[in-house]
Amino acid sequence: MTIKKAAAPRSPVTPRLVEPTAWRHVDLEVNGSTVSTEVESRLLLSDFLRERLALTGTHVGCEQGACGACTVLLDGRAVRSCLTLAAACTGREVRTIEGLAEDSLHPVQQAFHDHHGLQCGFCTPGFVMSITELHEREEPVSEDELMDQLCGNICRCTGYRGIERAARQSVRVATEGGADDE
Amino acid sequence: MSESTSTREATEAPRLVGQPIPRVEDDRLLRGQGRFVDDVTLPDALHIAFLRSPHAHARIRSLDTSAAESAPGVVAVYDGRSLLGVVEPLVNIEEVRVPPGLIEGVAPIVKIQPMPPLAHDEVNYVGQPMVMVVAESRYLAEDAVEEILVDYEPLPVVTDPERALDPDSPLALLEADDNVGLQAHISTGDMEAAIAGAHVVLEETFASQRYVPSPMETRGVVASIDPFSARLQMWSNTQTPHRVRDHVAHALGISTDDVTVTTPDVGGGFGQKGILIVEEILVPFAARDLGRTVRWQADRTENLVADTHAREQIHHLTIAADADGRLLGVRDRCITNMGCRNVVGLVVAYNALVHLTGPYRVPALDLELVGSLTNTMFTAPYRGAGRPEAAFAMERAMDRLAVRLGKDPAEVRRINLLTEEDMPYFSGLLDRRGLPQEIDTGDYVKMLDMVEEMIDFPTFREEQARLRGSGVHRGVGLGMYIEMSGLGPFESARATVLPSGTVRVSTGSPSQGQGHATSFVQVAADALDVPMDDIELVGGDTYNLQYGVGTIASRAMVTAGNAIDMACRELHTQIERAAAGLHGVAPEDVALQAGKVVVAGAASMTLAELVRALTRSPSDDPSAGLSAHAYFRPPNYATSSGLHAAVVEVDTATGATSILDYVVVHEAGNIVNPTIADGQILGGAVQGIGGALLEHLQYDANGQPTTATYMDYLMPTVETVPEIRLGEVFYPTPTNRLGVKGLGEGGAVGPQAAIANAVEDALRPHGVVVRSTPVNPDHIRRLLRESAAATTSGGE
Ligand code: FES
Ligand code: FES
Repeated sequence: MTIKKAAAPRSPVTPRLVEPTAWRHVDLEVNGSTVSTEVESRLLLSDFLRERLALTGTHVGCEQGACGACTVLLDGRAVRSCLTLAAACTGREVRTIEGLAEDSLHPVQQAFHDHHGLQCGFCTPGFVMSITELHEREEPVSEDELMDQLCGNICRCTGYRGIERAARQSVRVATEGGADDE
Repeated sequence: MSESTSTREATEAPRLVGQPIPRVEDDRLLRGQGRFVDDVTLPDALHIAFLRSPHAHARIRSLDTSAAESAPGVVAVYDGRSLLGVVEPLVNIEEVRVPPGLIEGVAPIVKIQPMPPLAHDEVNYVGQPMVMVVAESRYLAEDAVEEILVDYEPLPVVTDPERALDPDSPLALLEADDNVGLQAHISTGDMEAAIAGAHVVLEETFASQRYVPSPMETRGVVASIDPFSARLQMWSNTQTPHRVRDHVAHALGISTDDVTVTTPDVGGGFGQKGILIVEEILVPFAARDLGRTVRWQADRTENLVADTHAREQIHHLTIAADADGRLLGVRDRCITNMGCRNVVGLVVAYNALVHLTGPYRVPALDLELVGSLTNTMFTAPYRGAGRPEAAFAMERAMDRLAVRLGKDPAEVRRINLLTEEDMPYFSGLLDRRGLPQEIDTGDYVKMLDMVEEMIDFPTFREEQARLRGSGVHRGVGLGMYIEMSGLGPFESARATVLPSGTVRVSTGSPSQGQGHATSFVQVAADALDVPMDDIELVGGDTYNLQYGVGTIASRAMVTAGNAIDMACRELHTQIERAAAGLHGVAPEDVALQAGKVVVAGAASMTLAELVRALTRSPSDDPSAGLSAHAYFRPPNYATSSGLHAAVVEVDTATGATSILDYVVVHEAGNIVNPTIADGQILGGAVQGIGGALLEHLQYDANGQPTTATYMDYLMPTVETVPEIRLGEVFYPTPTNRLGVKGLGEGGAVGPQAAIANAVEDALRPHGVVVRSTPVNPDHIRRLLRESAAATTSGGE
């Protein structure tokens, strides 16, 4: 059977969604701007960024925490925004792919271009954010840590070689027996 | 539609084609400014969630959606009965068409079972859509789906494609007569005589597992009603926008003129987005029915369980050869698991047969295919579409033949491979179009020579023997294939000078990451003699270009590339003729060079100036419109090829395989952009490596998928992938002016064969035979256990 209800009124404003979970107030910083709003308790950070803030550069590839496409920086650490609740982000600082480049590309973005590290570009923001976390580290990153970080993201197009080269161009990797072992 | 021809002769050498021009699409995508279908936010859009069958086979006794209807935020609920007679069942019409030549020459049995938009009576695979809930958000739609009550009567299940062919097997679909979806037999030469005269007759079975395209962006559709024209506007991440337009119009019973399909940025396709699934017609149906914008984006579990699957073929081979290993005849009985319904016709299975012995000279072929229906998601083309399965079987057989004869696998291949002298080569079979299969150009021995230069086999063999002494198992394997690329029937392109002076080039082939905005524009820039910056590419918009096919089957550069070349050369001529008319000089006195119109004895003009002048001049010259349209119809396939070689090390304790070296030598005619081409080969090869080592979409005996997330379905990551070394040979095809061949799929065809051959070579002392993929640790440990058991129980 088909039922159709009268559509929700569209003017002057769409009323807030009926929502079975509680609404919560959040104050956070996104790419340097303050955001103060209400969110459903169950709203994922990925959906909050994409649907509410129109920051659609953060992509959703699995919502299972497995592909890394949704990676953003939360207080400087790479996290999966599909496994993070927006309500848990109050008082925190979120950086997304839209927050990296000024006029010219950010060094990690530039490295992806230099090494043909993208084809369709769907996985790219997630990879760029993951690598940016390491790029911004003061101390050198160990080879294992670099590989672990890269293995947290899936790309179906490129075959990874260009991505790995881009990462090596933009991350200071500890040479063997170097800073890491001291 | 008529063929457009150009008056301009190809005189000067190409300038941009062949150059590794950096991709123009990168900047936007890197800044997070790509626009994928799920990024299109339109006001008040509604979201869809589906109730999908939890049973592999069941009858729906009753369905109660009343609680869902009153759930918060729900706008509409549709079940299967409500759509009977409203939305037509789905068949991929273009794919199922059997060309007259095949009907006549092969007379295949092709039984098509259209897919109901929503199941109303019988469900026959886990994931089949049953109820569509439309709500204010995806969260609320999913909540409502939980409220639907269904009473199922479970029915017997069959998932194994060979079991499905037993006379006493349960029916996978009650409405079908039996579980046979396809049957065909093709042959050439005398196979019986080949066997009778053979020194060796090898019988082996090789099987490819089910695995999936799995683009990082799942399938998504936004459908909206244009507020002014009231027509249906869709944004879809399809590979074939014109086909989506036609199917949606047909299913909804409206005119194709009232449907526009636009492809935004697309996050990979690999064949999956080239085949329609019912969701693609349900979303626009809901938009029209509700008069609202409606969105649906598959989640990853929907993608893994309920979007197209692929591979899963079994090849029972008989190989007849002489004492040197020269092939005398090949027989194959190929079983394809088609899944719940045959909705895509012959394509994949037939492709497998006609590519089976591809690079080899084989006088007798006797090839049979059977497609069986089972209670699993249906299988459809995925990068390679039948070729990886065929190459795996044939290349494994070549290695087994070499072992049987005590010869080197490379040498057994060498005496059978086609060379330049054999070209054009007619296999004696009919190709997918129903015409004699003809390989246009190539030299496969040259490719083997190159691989042997890149991997020093004698040194490897010495090393291999030395390391075996210390318990290290290394092996090398080859995987050779051909790819008949550039599928017709046509592709279209239009080139128009816009008022700004920019040239807009539209084509029916959209990009899913292949970099068309760079490579197609290189072709256009050369043909026009206009800088790339002044050319804009539009791929896949059915409003501006009414006829098109799409980006599938390694066809885009061959068909769209040549259509663009034709349209742009025609436009170049138009521009010169119009400028000549304007200045009252002969066309020979005008030249369009580097984007400027140079007229003898006058100041040069930009294209913007030319258009402005033309709009003000009363001219009856038909070229004054400055727009050219062309259709390219490939006269034949352009056959590209590849040879992969893998060096692996197998840890016999854990069963783990690591790839130590990997070489791909490929041949695809002229290359437009080497950076992009190498990226295609590499990306394809890694998908193949995934299929060789990791990926397996599995069902249990009850037809429950057990790999429905990325935690269970293993995808290659950066660690899986070795450094891949590429080598190239060039045999430009005479079948098109650019001399290009398709290469999108090729990389994915060789790895399963090369890696399986390398693993078996590594484990030669244990005498194992690799008969299927993936060769994951479980598989290798099982082979080693079996071989150990066989040796200890030796004398029996
Ligand atoms: S979308 Fe978050 S990990 Fe895949
Ligand atoms: S570039 Fe397409 S998934 Fe990585």
